[in-house]
Amino acid sequence: MVTRIDVYPTHRFGNYWLRMGHPFPFGTTFLAGGINFSVFSKAANYCVLVLYERGSQVPLVEIPFRGLFEKVDSGEVVWGEFRIGNVFCMTVFDLPYEQIEYGFRMDGHYPRVSRGQPGIHRFNPEQVLLDPYAKGIGGRDIWGIPPNWEDAFPHRGRIVRDDFDWEGDRPLEIPLEDLVIYEMHVRSFTQDPTSGCKYPGTFAGIREKIPYLKELGVNCVELMPIFEFDEFENSRQHPQTGELLMNYWGYSTVGFFAPKAGYAFTGQFGDGTQVADELKTLIKDLHSNGIEVILDVVFNHTAEGNEHGPTISYRGIDNQTYYMLTPEGYYFNFSGCGNTLNCNNPVVRNMVLDCLRYWAAEYHIDGFRFDLAAILSRDPWGFPLPNPPLLETLAFDPILGKCKLIAEAWDAGGLYQVGNFAAYGRWAEWNGKYRDTMRKFLKGEPGILGEVAQRLQGSPDLYGGRGTGASINFITCHDGFTLMDLVSYNHKHNQANGEDNRDGSDDNYSWNCGWEGETDDLEIKALRSRQIKNALAILLVSQGVPMLLMGDEMGRTQQGNNNTYCHDNHLNWLDWTLIQKNADIYRFARCCIAFRRAHPALRLPYHPHQEISWHGTQAWNADWNGRVIAFMVDGRQVSPIPDNIIYVALNMYWETLPFELPRLPPNYQWFVFANTGAEICEEVWDPGQEPVLSDQATFLLRGRSVAILVGR
Amino acid sequence: MKINSVANNGITIITLAGDIDSRTAPVVQEQVVPMTTEADKLILDLTQVSYMSSAGLRVLLLLYRQVASKKGQIILVGLSPSILDTMAVTGFLKFFSTANSLQEAVASLQS
Repeated sequence: MVTRIDVYPTHRFGNYWLRMGHPFPFGTTFLAGGINFSVFSKAANYCVLVLYERGSQVPLVEIPFRGLFEKVDSGEVVWGEFRIGNVFCMTVFDLPYEQIEYGFRMDGHYPRVSRGQPGIHRFNPEQVLLDPYAKGIGGRDIWGIPPNWEDAFPHRGRIVRDDFDWEGDRPLEIPLEDLVIYEMHVRSFTQDPTSGCKYPGTFAGIREKIPYLKELGVNCVELMPIFEFDEFENSRQHPQTGELLMNYWGYSTVGFFAPKAGYAFTGQFGDGTQVADELKTLIKDLHSNGIEVILDVVFNHTAEGNEHGPTISYRGIDNQTYYMLTPEGYYFNFSGCGNTLNCNNPVVRNMVLDCLRYWAAEYHIDGFRFDLAAILSRDPWGFPLPNPPLLETLAFDPILGKCKLIAEAWDAGGLYQVGNFAAYGRWAEWNGKYRDTMRKFLKGEPGILGEVAQRLQGSPDLYGGRGTGASINFITCHDGFTLMDLVSYNHKHNQANGEDNRDGSDDNYSWNCGWEGETDDLEIKALRSRQIKNALAILLVSQGVPMLLMGDEMGRTQQGNNNTYCHDNHLNWLDWTLIQKNADIYRFARCCIAFRRAHPALRLPYHPHQEISWHGTQAWNADWNGRVIAFMVDGRQVSPIPDNIIYVALNMYWETLPFELPRLPPNYQWFVFANTGAEICEEVWDPGQEPVLSDQATFLLRGRSVAILVGR
Repeated sequence: MKINSVANNGITIITLAGDIDSRTAPVVQEQVVPMTTEADKLILDLTQVSYMSSAGLRVLLLLYRQVASKKGQIILVGLSPSILDTMAVTGFLKFFSTANSLQEAVASLQS
């Protein structure tokens, strides 16, 4: 094939060889012999590409997109402009791209706005700005290393190669209802020395623990934010203890296209491509072990905060496009974090789409969970839209066509859309009502059995017509108590956050089982352990998609703190010795996951109808007023592979009760898979190894206990 | 970047010295890849390489693909702990056999 004829420079600027760039795609792209730079701004009339030698405070060169250039062929000096429409685009040849960091200066015909003042645009040509499409970002290369606060350009774009040898890997496309999701934080998972990892706290560390994830039986990990963020954003010292409090969780994005360098072992080398390679290697190996990867993505706001916040990128490039602003130029704050990304502006909508396509195509990501997704349905003035273009665009996008799309269907501005999020037949939701109902049920609240029954069936009252996959069921998640704390504390204990216990939710529906916090009381400890198992059992026999919080399978505690967003310590780090300390909980969780995965009757794609029947202490006669309910799923009708009959008795009353068992078809017998009221050695069995029940007519179930039987 | 090669008993030993990054990787590619067309038993001695960037890792993989396409063998010798870690976590290590010394690599190719 004849070589392309546009791979030669046409212009020269000092020692740099250039030509008019391609406006599409935005960001940096490798072309033959050169790197293409492309950046959008509607409001800027002036733009300069600023190149640095990696880590240097002084630019290597500043190349304007408009000015005088020497023509390569004739040598004459000519006026030139590298811009098409509102996109500045330039190709620079022969760059040592690994050693380069880059940014832009921008200016426009708007009054200067000083920090703290409102403004429609905040141009400042003194400031070097991060490319919103940067695929690698330097500046926080090693987690927790105190930054150079004097650095005027702390978050720098890096040029990243997209070539990676996937060896045929692609997203797994496991049906949503077959997933068991494990929500985890990259650093927390292996940073504790008890992890025994060679690369603690990193993507590589997770890769070391793939055998553990397989043993546990989950088939999907949901990673809390991994887009580049600044762990030092709003960092401060605890007023009493002096401890450093950070932006640990990372729900505050600096750049949407770059993995967090500090989460990579290779971050220390300053090579953005290695960081990408490390994450891709993790994803490839998770996939080859049958585990999907969902990313928790934060498109509702950015790390730039309100008018008092730092200018990093977006607000210095095109403030009015990227953010929702009041007419005076203040930032709307529907996120609770200072600003709100203007997601239904067509340009920002395209950025979100480009971003998700990039992660799906180049990183083989299986799905996305959208933080405070209700914001994505607001118009540029904050009003909820009946047919939000962004949500529709994502739902119908060809590249995202098989990706899981999961909404946290509320925001900090009071928009609560659980059950009526614009779904387009594609979106699933974090089912906050499942969490609240099941927590109340677990602590013995009477009179809610009708709602409990809905939640057990995949919430047909909320998601009728959308199928069980619309309901991501969870009892705990990163926000709020861990499962151990849910049964150990009546109230939040957030003093360690340095906000006088004002932060974090007060509606926890938790019960401490008789004593607030740690105790030596064996009876209380046993009850807590039982309550944890009850919760795990309920979660894993519910129709819908179960999501477990990292560490709940081994009784992880945050010492009553229900909002540990700022702690880089044992409050968040997983203590792996808990597997031994709470071996019974771990075994119970593992068996329940295996049981779910062994029984398609528990993973119906549709809401059960004729398959499910309701019972009480009397078979076929549920009492909907108390704290006791039982149900049976007849898996014989499940296609294509018929399943067993599964019976679940839930006794949230405090006394032992006899449950009359439904009579089985001829030649069938009841086997006991789990009984949280039994002695530890008899409370759960490996699926297929269940012992036959001695009394096939009545099951005596202890108070605050769950039994799961299999008829076959 | 210094590149030397010695062929002996059907085994080609290529010695690289210097950092392999986006500046030097094209040189390695240009000079070393042609060597693989004749040799099917290759030892790459990286004892004097202290840093390998993502471009360096890619040249190694290109070499591996070249050699593997002819059912040849390639062994890496003298990987520094840091390069070994980098190759492990970025997934490149799994393509290669490694040896602690030239003697070990030669013995392995002769067996």
